[in-house]
Amino acid sequence: MRGYGMNEVSVLIGGKAGDGINNAGAMVAQLLNHLGYRIYLYFDYPSLIRGGHNFAIVRGRETVTGTCGTSVDFVLALDQETVERHKGAWKPDTAMIFNQDQVKAKGQGISLQEILSAEKAPGIMGNSAVIGGFAKAAGLSWEAVEAVFSSHIPKGLDQNLRVARRAYDMLATVHPVAPCSNPPAPLLTGNEAVGIGLARGGLEAYISYPMTPSSSLLHFLAEEQEKLGLFVVHPENEIAVILMALGFAGAGKRAAVGTSGGGFCLMTEGLSLAGMAELPVVFLMSQRTGPSTGLPTYTGQSDLLFVLHAGQGEFPRLIVAPGTTEEAVYWSEAAMHLAWEFQVPAFILSDKTLSEGTYSTDLSAVPEVPKGTSLSGDRTVPYLRYADTPSGISPPAFFGTGGAVVKVNSYAHDEAGITTEEAEMVDLMTRKRLRKAETLAQAMSRYQQVNISGNLTAPVALLCWGSTAGVCREVAGNLGLRVVRPVILSPFPVESLKKALEGTATVIAVEENATAQLATLAGEHGITCHEKILRYDGRPFTPESLGEKIRAVLP
Amino acid sequence: MTGRPLITKAKNTWCPGCGNFTIQHTLKNVLAEMEQEGQSLDNVVLVSGIGCHAKIADYLNINSFYSIHGRTIPVATGIKLANPGLTVICCAGDGDCYAEGLDHLLFAAKRNIDITVIVHDNRVYGLTTGQYTPTSPRGFKGKSTPLGTEETPLNPIELMLAGGATYVARGYSKKMDLLRAQIRESIAHKGFAFIDVLQICATFFPAADYYSPRVYEMTGHDRTNFEAACAKAREWDYTSDAPIALGTFYQKASPVFGEGKMAAWKPGAVERERAVQDLLRKRT
Repeated sequence: MRGYGMNEVSVLIGGKAGDGINNAGAMVAQLLNHLGYRIYLYFDYPSLIRGGHNFAIVRGRETVTGTCGTSVDFVLALDQETVERHKGAWKPDTAMIFNQDQVKAKGQGISLQEILSAEKAPGIMGNSAVIGGFAKAAGLSWEAVEAVFSSHIPKGLDQNLRVARRAYDMLATVHPVAPCSNPPAPLLTGNEAVGIGLARGGLEAYISYPMTPSSSLLHFLAEEQEKLGLFVVHPENEIAVILMALGFAGAGKRAAVGTSGGGFCLMTEGLSLAGMAELPVVFLMSQRTGPSTGLPTYTGQSDLLFVLHAGQGEFPRLIVAPGTTEEAVYWSEAAMHLAWEFQVPAFILSDKTLSEGTYSTDLSAVPEVPKGTSLSGDRTVPYLRYADTPSGISPPAFFGTGGAVVKVNSYAHDEAGITTEEAEMVDLMTRKRLRKAETLAQAMSRYQQVNISGNLTAPVALLCWGSTAGVCREVAGNLGLRVVRPVILSPFPVESLKKALEGTATVIAVEENATAQLATLAGEHGITCHEKILRYDGRPFTPESLGEKIRAVLP
Repeated sequence: MTGRPLITKAKNTWCPGCGNFTIQHTLKNVLAEMEQEGQSLDNVVLVSGIGCHAKIADYLNINSFYSIHGRTIPVATGIKLANPGLTVICCAGDGDCYAEGLDHLLFAAKRNIDITVIVHDNRVYGLTTGQYTPTSPRGFKGKSTPLGTEETPLNPIELMLAGGATYVARGYSKKMDLLRAQIRESIAHKGFAFIDVLQICATFFPAADYYSPRVYEMTGHDRTNFEAACAKAREWDYTSDAPIALGTFYQKASPVFGEGKMAAWKPGAVERERAVQDLLRKRT
């Protein structure tokens, strides 16, 4: 709150896995949302169901955030570990609110047991007491608490309110949080934003095998399938996932799949089939820390080059890497339209930070997505599934289209889709796919492919991608730097990127991997990164840690 | 589109005497009958894997998805779920379906997806020139097992009964009339239909002399009796010398996976956007 030059507040909530920390964080986030703050919520949990330490950090800021700081203004402790583990995050005036039945600490204790037994309430409602206590400590009005509880607690509202009120009345205001002027905004996770974008893009089926951090999209779309009119399938494995999606595509229905690195490994043969058979499909590829099982519930950006090169053979693909929930909505819709217009596989490359982070999302700022054109009116008679055309795009027909024999083929094939091993035909069809790649690259000029923020004329630029958008924007703001962030990674937007970097003397790559994969890719296109700041311990950069590293390399 | 030639101009490269010719010819006859009965072949899709069997996708002039090794079933499942009005037929190989893609076969049976799976079970890899498959007899000497395989074959009939398949049959590439009846029944069956077709591989496993004296068509077998089906399935274990039952072991009516779901409420863009706006309000 103090010393930032703007209203800002951070709240850490910690407890054992199973304590409902994520939900408690979401309620704190809504309180701050309704106080006019822009929100980012980071949820940190180990890969287990019960007993480990979970924590959420809710950060509210007057202007857009998207990252968490390392110090906090409030600590809400449901277990002792919250106090011990996060001491480094305290400031001299950090307000501590804790469950005094479980936790020894200085600050304001609440006996959850007493409150719950007085209200004959179940254990999970203890979180409402903690939130009520926080509201009072932060100087929020009781009406504000009531309003947020009323719209966000579907069951047992009155009892939750009584529990919260007892703690609210018990505690003193120690750290008043000033209201900001923003109207409340939808709080969406990155995966929910992807789901909304896909739905807007005409999604008809979502097929996925559970894998963190993609699973919450499966859960979200499964929950909303009836309202959105979707078919959601959870099959036997990721191989079935991608092949089923290609079956949907063959029958003319828009399908998407979701996974993380390990599951995507199983999908690569199907990906190559999509490339050869020219079938549209959209992947949510949400990265976590690798290699192999790695850190299942932590973040990373180490699969860019894998996604770029996955699958045998050469074929065009689209890769978009949104950095905010607004971009996730926009680009997920765009990815679906582009996949179908160009009959290519398209990737939404996310990571744990974006997929599972919660963001204030201003959809009024999302422009309309160009829909592209359909060539289905240009079909040949008799129908040729892979008709050679100047653009490389063959007019589509699907199984069940009257009057067309549709032959889809994984083998090298002729225009009709019949297997061939003739050199001339193989050459022709390879060139057709290459031409399609060029047509796709040209069509990308419809979009803003590279995002530029911060000081647009600064001679030092941070080059980043994906979920580090928020932290880079904030650090660059503090240090007067430029941020250049390609949102399209394939086809690589080399001209737009060069233009965005014009006038820079120093380019600093900021990536959450160990080998600077975007810098490598940019290097292949003649763009040099002078410094590389890399983090690969599964945790996202914070403004403090990144700022310090950048200051150390600034010219 | 009616009256189309049912065979494409693609050059046929099966070996002379290959059992695939019989299966293709039978399937072609079934398609012709369907068309005569007024069904549009535009609504039929053939899905093949990779192997000698799979060339049938090039040869039959109907909609086809020539997929990848082992993956006929998930592709077929996606097609059927996307458009329940389509008749979806998988032609799979034994290496294809029982080795590379076994998980999909079991799950298709378990979920009772309404597709037909015809396994061209020649009990050897033909296209990769003669290795043992999951149904090769114990001791089979293939190129990867020159000393004879030490594995006991899978019994696909027993496997499918255990997996919950609702139509389970065994055919033989030298019994065309039976096979024709089985394919017609499979297509008519609401649910997952499975036919293991004992097929001659003229080059790597020419087993006609073994099969022909042993096969018999089941008579008096109650296909609704699961226990009787299991007993019949165990009569021949794909390796010992025993009579080989042909026909339909089991058939059962059971709820079909995903039935009607795609036909349920299909919101237009406006209604869907309304649902999105509702969601956004809930998140605010």
